[in-house]
Amino acid sequence: MSERLLEVTDLEVYYGVINALKGISFHVDKGEIVSLIGANGAGKTTTLHTITGLIRPKNGSIVYKGTDLCRVPAHKIVSMGMVHVPEGRRIFQNLTVYENLLMGAYSQSDKNKIAENMKYVFEQFPRLEERRRQLAGTLSGGEQQMLAMGRALLANPELIVLDEPSMGLSPLLVSEVFEIIKTFREAGKTVLLVEQNAKKAMSISDRVYVLETGSITTSGKASELINDERIKKAYLGE
Amino acid sequence: MDFITALINGLSSGGTYAMIAIGYTMVYGIAKMLNFAHGDVIMVGGYAMYVTLLALGHPLIAVLAAVIFCIILGVTIERFAYRPLRGASPLAVLITAIGVSYLLQSLAQIIFGSSPKMPLQLQISGAVKLGALSVDYSTILTITVTVVVMAILSLFVKYSKTGRAMVAVSEDRDAALLMGINTNAIITITFAIGSALAAIAGYMMLCKAPSLSNTLGAMPGIKAFTAAVIGGIGSIPGAMLGGLLLGIVESISYSIPAIAPYTDAVEFSILIIVLLVKPSGILGKARREKV
Repeated sequence: MSERLLEVTDLEVYYGVINALKGISFHVDKGEIVSLIGANGAGKTTTLHTITGLIRPKNGSIVYKGTDLCRVPAHKIVSMGMVHVPEGRRIFQNLTVYENLLMGAYSQSDKNKIAENMKYVFEQFPRLEERRRQLAGTLSGGEQQMLAMGRALLANPELIVLDEPSMGLSPLLVSEVFEIIKTFREAGKTVLLVEQNAKKAMSISDRVYVLETGSITTSGKASELINDERIKKAYLGE
Repeated sequence: MDFITALINGLSSGGTYAMIAIGYTMVYGIAKMLNFAHGDVIMVGGYAMYVTLLALGHPLIAVLAAVIFCIILGVTIERFAYRPLRGASPLAVLITAIGVSYLLQSLAQIIFGSSPKMPLQLQISGAVKLGALSVDYSTILTITVTVVVMAILSLFVKYSKTGRAMVAVSEDRDAALLMGINTNAIITITFAIGSALAAIAGYMMLCKAPSLSNTLGAMPGIKAFTAAVIGGIGSIPGAMLGGLLLGIVESISYSIPAIAPYTDAVEFSILIIVLLVKPSGILGKARREKV
């Protein structure tokens, strides 16, 4: 059995009286690509925000590499090796591309490692190197997504949490984003992916969880679920 | 010649406004609140100088003591008055800030009484003559201090790791958190910087006119807030520009006898005009509403 990286158990989240997550459990093993799919409002983003400490759960536990994250301040989670690329990219528009990447390395103190990661990101995304002195707000949507992913790599993560990385991008760029996610795995990273583009997400994932109004209704191997009639109907548009 | 003198004096008082305005604008940009007690930190700094002068008698030590005392005060106010309200409605935070302002003014009145104190040792008198032009030493000092402080602050924000983190937090607090930035610590540092600048601004006021009461910071506070809004609140260069602009307008207005009585009106009219033409302020960026 492979090493368990993240184990979420009976996670319950409320927004006021609204029960957004009704006790969900799932796990991510080292080296996997795991997808959470589901409709708008199913609780996908809430799940990710809770994992990385932006929202605190009412009940349940989030154990990352043996530590319960519910007691860890949000800003300390990155240095533990888990980085979150938020929905809508959320790059810092008033900083340059290079400065954005440096913000990604904020939690890192090893200068050589930062330089090495910077070099790797510039190899992966040559456009970012060309535009390193440009303000990030002037980049195109696709470039901003590359920057958001590059910025995450600067944190030297073990687990990359991606929230809707393909949102608002042209079909060509969507394919490019999924190719990049595959390179994350080749570089030895683990990926937890939230996507509305269920078909693409399943095509690169090992395992899939389906979220429906705050509960996980189906889970299994991506290769099996992609042929599941119910999933096909509800999420793959077939 | 009168015009040039007015211009130089304007740069001097504008520097003071800019110094205070930076405190408003940084706190607004990073903590997303209006700290209406900011002007009163100047006043407390003034009394800190006064007390240190009584005890130790050296102006430089007094200024240093005031800077340290104001940093502690600003950080304490943030920690105990504002931080518990993080996430509360902006109105609650605003009312709290006004409450802190009255608290500081009243405490100063209870401790030091209501008659003004005269820390004359802070005063810098004398002037340098350049032909027909006469410039006070205090004016030269305040302009120099302003330039040096602004330069250091600009370099700090642009090139230090903490400075960049400040820009990041002001733009998107949650995204900054996801980078591993301790946003509470950044807010604390912001209050510390703003309060230190307030103490320096207090000295710049007292070295020209050494009269100290519990409302010392009230009017300069409002003027500097106006300057911050004119320049574009949230923008540090905007606060510098707004402060200098307001100071120069004030000084020129004073130098023209027909307009002099209406100086305050002239200043606030500039605010209205700027807000009509560009509601986000001269260097302010129109905020994109998040969907």
